[in-house]
Amino acid sequence: MDLDNKKTGSVGIVEAQRAHFDTPLELRSGAVVPAFDLVYETYGTLNAAKSNAILVCHALSGHHHVAGLYAGQPKSLGWWDNIVGPGRPLDTDRFFIVGVNNLGGCHGSSGPCSLNPISGQLWGADFPMVTVPDWVKAQARLADHFGIDSWAVVIGGSLGGMQALQWSIDLPQRVRHALVIAAAPKLTAQNIAFNDVARQAILTDPDFHGGHFYQHHTAPRRGLRLARMLGHITYLSDDQMGEKFGRVMRNDSGDYNFGYEVEFEIESYLRAQGDKFAGFFDANTYLLMTKALDYFDPAQAYDDDLAAALKPAQAGFLVVSFTTDWRFAPSRSREIVNALLKNDQNVSYAEVTSNYGHDSFLLAIPHYHAILSAYLERIRL
Amino acid sequence: MNWQLDRPDFEVIAGWVQPGERVLDLGCGDGALLKLLIETRGVRGYGVDIDDANVLAAIANGINVIQSNLDAGLAGFVDGAFDHVVLSRTLQTIRHTQDILDAMLRVGREAVVSFPNFGYWKNRAAVLSGRMPVSEDLPYQWFDTPNVRFFTMLDFEALCADMNILVRERQVLDEQGQLVTEEHNFLGSLAVYRITRG
Repeated sequence: MDLDNKKTGSVGIVEAQRAHFDTPLELRSGAVVPAFDLVYETYGTLNAAKSNAILVCHALSGHHHVAGLYAGQPKSLGWWDNIVGPGRPLDTDRFFIVGVNNLGGCHGSSGPCSLNPISGQLWGADFPMVTVPDWVKAQARLADHFGIDSWAVVIGGSLGGMQALQWSIDLPQRVRHALVIAAAPKLTAQNIAFNDVARQAILTDPDFHGGHFYQHHTAPRRGLRLARMLGHITYLSDDQMGEKFGRVMRNDSGDYNFGYEVEFEIESYLRAQGDKFAGFFDANTYLLMTKALDYFDPAQAYDDDLAAALKPAQAGFLVVSFTTDWRFAPSRSREIVNALLKNDQNVSYAEVTSNYGHDSFLLAIPHYHAILSAYLERIRL
Repeated sequence: MNWQLDRPDFEVIAGWVQPGERVLDLGCGDGALLKLLIETRGVRGYGVDIDDANVLAAIANGINVIQSNLDAGLAGFVDGAFDHVVLSRTLQTIRHTQDILDAMLRVGREAVVSFPNFGYWKNRAAVLSGRMPVSEDLPYQWFDTPNVRFFTMLDFEALCADMNILVRERQVLDEQGQLVTEEHNFLGSLAVYRITRG
């Protein structure tokens, strides 16, 4: 999806950085990561009290490069650039903003395509499965690295919103506001079903080699491409697809080809999206991220009582959903809101009218950004 | 939604709310009433509104606001969660009148309801002269009004009796926001009620 950004108000040229953590990290699965790296970027300035920090959590295919451009790479705009910068909702004149690539990612943090220090080989399928609570623990190490006792805000959309929610539960004293956007308190059977089809596409690709495809100098691109094509459908709304592509055909004559080559525009679009994604994303990371989604269920340990799970949270919450999001529909956000209401916790909820489905959270929709700005401007530092 | 800075019913409502109470304000607009109650009474609470601009304004006012359609009920709120549930100048815009009254008295110990009184003499005069009323408290034309229910104080009190709802107290205001002390259903432009389960 093209992000409609103006040059003004952007953070400009940015650089990724790397932090190394030597203390072993015990994961939910019982596995231990002996040491790990996290790559991150920061925008704005951390104040003396270290009270103005915002953590941006990424979703399935995101990473640490949230905003700005890399020097000499005019097409390297961050994935959520429209929200970060002077005068934008995550205002760099006021806040210190941290983007991080999650553990298990494929953009520089320790993950399947990084080196296993013990074997000296790439981790591949041996990289342990990570969960949302594991990410929170790893991100907390990064907070320690900056000397940040508590985030002013933890914000994320989709899987990122789940991390914001998990932060508020696991480390309640370390997050003052949680902005949970286009998220859900757990996946439905339908959500898991979509994820499993995506995984099956990858796992059954002959080039997968049990996850150790790096050694074979190949990658399960067909599987990853299919996984992304399927996922992409769930990010858009039916209306929007209809408007953008309808039944428009590549062939101007309007005649059918009676073959399986690209015929409809939507096919061309989806295949291009799949190809692009399969060209840079790691299949093992994709598998692992979808499992993190499937496993996310903070209420599970509380007899499925989400309110009980959220009880320890001290943060103020802003929950935002989008009318045409069918991946994580508004009703899923209301589950979170209702649990917070039951606990008498501070929460505001906005249901933003948008035609753009789940992907709406990435778009510069004026009312949506106005809501975020209004909330963030009220935060005392 | 028409939103006036000077809301005489706010003073009446504030007078009925005790310090530290939990308050739910339905149709909260920009959150001005809750803000007043938070500042002057130290209450805790939430506003509910369906309108985008109101939700944005309430967030900017630092109010906890939930964007929701009141005609969908108060499903997200648990029984007895609030000391007061306020419905200020909104009842006439809600289609399911009895449902919302029931829901308010389910989630709240006491409800406060204010509404424009169609029995106000000027409204009667307007209808007598052949036109739908337009006034301080009924500022809309018939074709653009958000109001879907048109009723008088007597109508409301009859419904309360039918629904086994007890009127604890009522204050009636004229168009200038002054208290009306006699002939309420004739001289009152805006009525404010405290109601509980009978």
